[in-house]
Amino acid sequence: MKHASLTSTPLVALLALSAAPCIGATTVEATGAAPAITEAAKAARGRYIVTVSGCHDCHTPWKMGPKGPEPDMSRMLSGHPETEALTPPPRLPEGPWVVVASATNTAWSGPWGVSFTANLTPDKDTGLGKWTLRTFTDTIRTGRHKGRGRPVLPPMPIPMYKHFTDADLAAIFAYLQSIPVVKNRVPEPIPPTPSTAAATR
Amino acid sequence: MKLVVFFVHRGCALLLSAAAALAGSGYPVLAAEQAAVPASASALPERLSDAGLFVDGSRSVRADNLPFTPQYPLWSDGATKRRWLYLPPGTAIDATQSDAWEFPRGTRLWKEFSLARPVETRLIERLDDGSWRYAAYVWNADGSDALLAPSEGIASLPAEGAPGGSYIIPSHEDCRACHEGAAVPVLGLSALQLSPDRDPNAPNADPRHAEHVDLRDLVARGLLRNVSPALLESAPRISESSPTARAALGYMHANCGHCHNDRGPLAELELVLLQPSGGAADLNKVLQSTIDHPSESRALGLDTRVVPGHPEDSQLTARMRSRNSLTQMPPLGTQLIDREGLALIERWIQQLQP
Repeated sequence: MKHASLTSTPLVALLALSAAPCIGATTVEATGAAPAITEAAKAARGRYIVTVSGCHDCHTPWKMGPKGPEPDMSRMLSGHPETEALTPPPRLPEGPWVVVASATNTAWSGPWGVSFTANLTPDKDTGLGKWTLRTFTDTIRTGRHKGRGRPVLPPMPIPMYKHFTDADLAAIFAYLQSIPVVKNRVPEPIPPTPSTAAATR
Repeated sequence: MKLVVFFVHRGCALLLSAAAALAGSGYPVLAAEQAAVPASASALPERLSDAGLFVDGSRSVRADNLPFTPQYPLWSDGATKRRWLYLPPGTAIDATQSDAWEFPRGTRLWKEFSLARPVETRLIERLDDGSWRYAAYVWNADGSDALLAPSEGIASLPAEGAPGGSYIIPSHEDCRACHEGAAVPVLGLSALQLSPDRDPNAPNADPRHAEHVDLRDLVARGLLRNVSPALLESAPRISESSPTARAALGYMHANCGHCHNDRGPLAELELVLLQPSGGAADLNKVLQSTIDHPSESRALGLDTRVVPGHPEDSQLTARMRSRNSLTQMPPLGTQLIDREGLALIERWIQQLQP
């Protein structure tokens, strides 16, 4: 599916203008054709989108800092650390509370089971190093792993992110392919157990 | 490590997002999503009776919708299926690429799913700009007509004979997930699938009726051009060493190969279960990408795709036995294990030499 670019609307044009310092240089053809975005500019815009869209909140592990939890940028966007040994999630009492997160904010337990945030760095074996832009776009559009497999689980906000334009997704992917590699094999999600399913009652 | 327990109230946006993901639908469609169908494509009729499958005013299928039956069917939880091909007058399929047929603009393929009665009829159509669109029509209780389903599908449609009485109408995104993972979105109509040399051991297969078109019929009618002479002299066939291996490779071709091939977006997995139509089957690609090959996911506690002689240790069969949405294969389109297909693949793995 192709999504139309929204940059023709005044509102988004305004937003794009406000983001200009993060976008970097672009080249506008004198002919009036669509501006040619350099790869560097695309990645710069991707960095901006990743920063303000909350990707770090879950995909960069948290560590405890002097003022409380903070993202550990030495493991930037590398997902749930494979070295973290997790105990089974606690059973929640009946009531309105349904979600538990690990101290790193990278493992989440809820009615869907236990999900682990993905390694978004370009490591070929454990991250997005072998992914293509199409793999990435298909994943966000369909909410399925690699666009065709198992469901991408909460808290990944697919119902909102699926509305990114093609250009935004291309920018995000360009940025993710440019960040430092972190080798980190994230575990497979765990199906619901009586413990996690209890939260749905 | 320590666990931090966040008590998140149901009302927060995150949980709304989670609930929508679990339900498979329910979120408002934003403006950016409206570009899925080119502006040049006219809207599909709301009623199947107006969509071109049937003769006006009847349930008789129009003569220009040609019935066909692939020799290796996709498992659909035991649903009975009927299929038709429509080509605009004066057009033909170009078979220059034997494994990636070029379908003319205006091509339509229909598939009707029945349980106790017809439940759903799906449509794939090639548009003027070369793209494909997907739709599903849901039959009413008295079988008089079917209505166009919403693009997000129906997560649970009450239907007698469906698993747990609940039938799933796929979303358009799910249609694309399967159909756009191969070289061509048309999966069940190819040289191998329409071969006159049909596999008698194909699981869940329907017999080909005399009026159903096959490879040679399409050529004879001028509806299929540029077919390799070799495929007409010797009908496409998976030339394997045993009937079990032939049927197993054919089963995986139809049920797995549309995603697991070396040409589509999942090629980086290096798992090739698609069979080429021309000449002998390329068994080596299948064997090299499965036997003793590490599994990328390590799901279900197994780290090898196929362990020769040991289906119980093979992730391939473990995923076929699973109907948990996180681990099952295929990942969509089925809620029930295909016992016949699973038994075949287990026999095949048992016969492989360690």
